[in-house]
Amino acid sequence: MVLKNEADLKEDADVKLLENNGVFCTWFDKIWNWGRARSFWPLNYSCNCCPIEMLVAGGAPRFDIARYGYEVFRASPRQADLLVLAGPVTLKMAPVVRRVWLQMAEPKWVLAMGNCAISGGPFRDGYSVLPGGDSILPIDVYVPGCPVRPEALFHGMLELKAKVEGKR
Amino acid sequence: MDLWFTNIANYIVQLLMSWGFPYFWADLILLLIQWMCVLAIVVLDVIILIWLERKAAGFIQMRLGPNRLGPFGIFQTIADAIKLMTKEDIIPNKVDKWIFLTAPLFMIFISVMLYLVLPIGEGLAVVDLDVGLLYFLSLSSLTTICVLMAGWGSNNKWSLMGAMRAVAQMITYEVPLILSLLGIVMITGSLRLSDIVAAQSHVWLIIMQPLALICYFIAATAELNRGPFDMPEAEQELTAGAYTEYTGMRWALFFLAEYTNLVAVSALFVCLFLGGWHGPFLPQWLWIPVKTYVVICVFFWIKWTFPRIRMDHLMSFSWKVLIPLSLLNIVLTGFGIEIFAWVRGL
Repeated sequence: MVLKNEADLKEDADVKLLENNGVFCTWFDKIWNWGRARSFWPLNYSCNCCPIEMLVAGGAPRFDIARYGYEVFRASPRQADLLVLAGPVTLKMAPVVRRVWLQMAEPKWVLAMGNCAISGGPFRDGYSVLPGGDSILPIDVYVPGCPVRPEALFHGMLELKAKVEGKR
Repeated sequence: MDLWFTNIANYIVQLLMSWGFPYFWADLILLLIQWMCVLAIVVLDVIILIWLERKAAGFIQMRLGPNRLGPFGIFQTIADAIKLMTKEDIIPNKVDKWIFLTAPLFMIFISVMLYLVLPIGEGLAVVDLDVGLLYFLSLSSLTTICVLMAGWGSNNKWSLMGAMRAVAQMITYEVPLILSLLGIVMITGSLRLSDIVAAQSHVWLIIMQPLALICYFIAATAELNRGPFDMPEAEQELTAGAYTEYTGMRWALFFLAEYTNLVAVSALFVCLFLGGWHGPFLPQWLWIPVKTYVVICVFFWIKWTFPRIRMDHLMSFSWKVLIPLSLLNIVLTGFGIEIFAWVRGL
């Protein structure tokens, strides 16, 4: 359910009026988001077990992330769209992750993959681990699991796709 | 059917002249139209090729490849293009601004210029230069300078190392590339590409020059920075090599230029070894694209089945194996020509 303010409602009414009179309206945002939602190029921040599942999701015949067009894993943050946080963010690593995120070009999204990235997981009470990646980054989608199964990662990315297209 | 495009061109020139244009201007306008056609072909080719490469990679690794957008995922590249065009354009603070900004433009410009001398059919080259082969080879090595510009201008250590690797690789592999083609020039006696293709009407040069074929194919793979020789972009070592600092469309221009180069070099390969426009049943201008796509698929096949080789192995392979082999090819070709002339004289 999307809440709309008055200006949006008025715009919708205007569009309805135009469409009733045979004028087709669309937004550039719609086309752009159509493209953006279908080509997330992931950049991975990873430690041990979730990344293995991510590699399986990306390169293995059984779970093929290329079907959705998300298989272009970029090593350079400048060309990536989606930061996949797959591991606990340590205090020492936090400024680096933040800097990598800042180096990415807009529009950019962050996906927290696995319990460690969501809340710190089993290391939550440790002296050197942040309680979740969302204490330093704006996270769009949380995918729980320890480790996350590839299907769950796909589901998270498809949820993000729905979010980018404004369907969520 | 062979002459469709020639007839269209002649018709356009005559139409313009009947409207009162002098021949010079009519020819110039025709040249502009040809330029537009070349650009359209380049963009269309790249859109198809990126999809084809992702599909080919999928099939080689027993995956499916993109299949959600449109039939067989054909529209995947279009979604990527829309996304790349709307990405933020970051120009980092410390870059050498003019070099950083112009490098992708020069790269794509040079890559498109390669297409001007390629004969698509009999008399169907935009400019049929009499030094066509030389023009092609010198321009295709110029793209390396753009990679160096990108690496130097980015002011980033990974970029610079990637660019240096690209230059070292170019210097190493340009030598066997040109030496292996000397045999062809000796046989056909011409540097004009349409003459070389015309000389293959009875027997393709792949039969007469198998050694040159192998040398040229390996050197061309290295020249294109593809396959097992993609050292300048080695992800695991150099992030994204010379292109590390580029975002969105600027990076996409480099990508576009690389694929453009790939098509151009494959088309040259077809013209030199696989008989160019010669072939049964199909019209001439259809044979070149068909053969070119076959060669491109071989490039894809090699890229997705071989691991990347080490930098020093790459160098020593060229200096110790490829250059002696291509020199041997020149000697053998010389003897062959003499023996053939002697047998004919008997």
